[in-house]
Amino acid sequence: MKVHLSHPTRDVVIQGPKRVADVFKELNLIPEAFLIIRGQDLLTEDETVADGDSIEIRPVISGG
Amino acid sequence: MRCRKCPKRAVLGLPRHNTAFCGGCLTEFVRSQVQRAIKAQQMFSPDDRVLVAVSGGKDSLTLWEILLKLGYRADALYVDLGIPGYSSRSKEKVEQFAKVVAEPCGSQLTIHTVEEDAGAGIKELANLIKRPTCSACGTIKRYQFNRVAWQNHYDVMATGHNLDDEAARLLGNVLQWQEEYLQKQSPTLPASIEGFAKKVKPLYRMTEREIAAYAVVNRIDYLVEECPMAKGAKMLVYKDALNRLEAESPGTKQRFYWGFLDRQEKSSSVAPSMTQIDQTTLQPCTVCSQPTTAGTCSFCRMMARAKTTVK
Ligand code: SF4
Ligand SMILES: [Zn+2]
Ligand SMILES: [Zn+2]
Repeated sequence: MKVHLSHPTRDVVIQGPKRVADVFKELNLIPEAFLIIRGQDLLTEDETVADGDSIEIRPVISGG
Repeated sequence: MRCRKCPKRAVLGLPRHNTAFCGGCLTEFVRSQVQRAIKAQQMFSPDDRVLVAVSGGKDSLTLWEILLKLGYRADALYVDLGIPGYSSRSKEKVEQFAKVVAEPCGSQLTIHTVEEDAGAGIKELANLIKRPTCSACGTIKRYQFNRVAWQNHYDVMATGHNLDDEAARLLGNVLQWQEEYLQKQSPTLPASIEGFAKKVKPLYRMTEREIAAYAVVNRIDYLVEECPMAKGAKMLVYKDALNRLEAESPGTKQRFYWGFLDRQEKSSSVAPSMTQIDQTTLQPCTVCSQPTTAGTCSFCRMMARAKTTVK
């Protein structure tokens, strides 16, 4: 699957299918600091992302 | 995961409330929490005119949207800091939101451009007076929001600070024992003295993640990109630490910050109020007459210094 990340902007490819919770683990990210978006939809941690999917992991923490 | 309120698919789990919501129920939940914050902290009433400080980021645009959806009379002020690239992109988001969402509700956007007023953007200005950009920026934003609120007779000024912001700030203040700042951490600060607008933070019950989810669900087109000056900010370290604690023990952030507010409320009968402190320590600035503890306020001193350095 293709994963789009921000701060800095980059794309990584990881093996699917995978549960959202495991995507977080593999990328060593804490779920509380991000949202996972597929298309226009938000995914909860128990959902599965297929290998052909593109998702965005969007940071929600701002520095101000 | 299913929504706990209806049969739909959940879009967000909220471990701190041990629940999960679909888009519609999340929207309802967030709006009701904001309404509850406004009432509980006596922020404003439907007749009051509210000035929202907007930056183009998720918190401030979401706040503006929610206030309009709840039927409040909310206008907004955007301060264009003149940061190359970032400022024009954030301004575009704000103007777009104003046009599509706010103006149809009869709400208006005011833009203050630092460069027009001070002759330079925030970065050059900070360099000129040898102060960190964020500290110069803070002074300018505080000053301009207060000035616009006061001069245009707004009853109250609202900012998009959320639970994460306030918990992180509290952690920072407690770690350094900056007790004098603790008084200022209430979600409602009174218009303690002539020239100071009342300030409120209606999102203090919501986490950043819940707000971002609300923005995505309600198609609020905000700027995901951060201000380039924010890199390495101390706040991010505190927020990260709190989120790690939150993951281990959901509800940590709210227990920390709301618990502080409860204690503060209980002790308020003993300690002198902020209004009393302000009234004894503040006087009008000799240049602009905004209240200040010094003879000339920090904004006017900054501007004076910038002008002499330019010559
Ligand atoms: S990060 Fe610093 S310079 Fe950028 S908006 Fe925030 S306070 Fe201003
Ligand atoms: Zn629902
Ligand atoms: Zn002044």
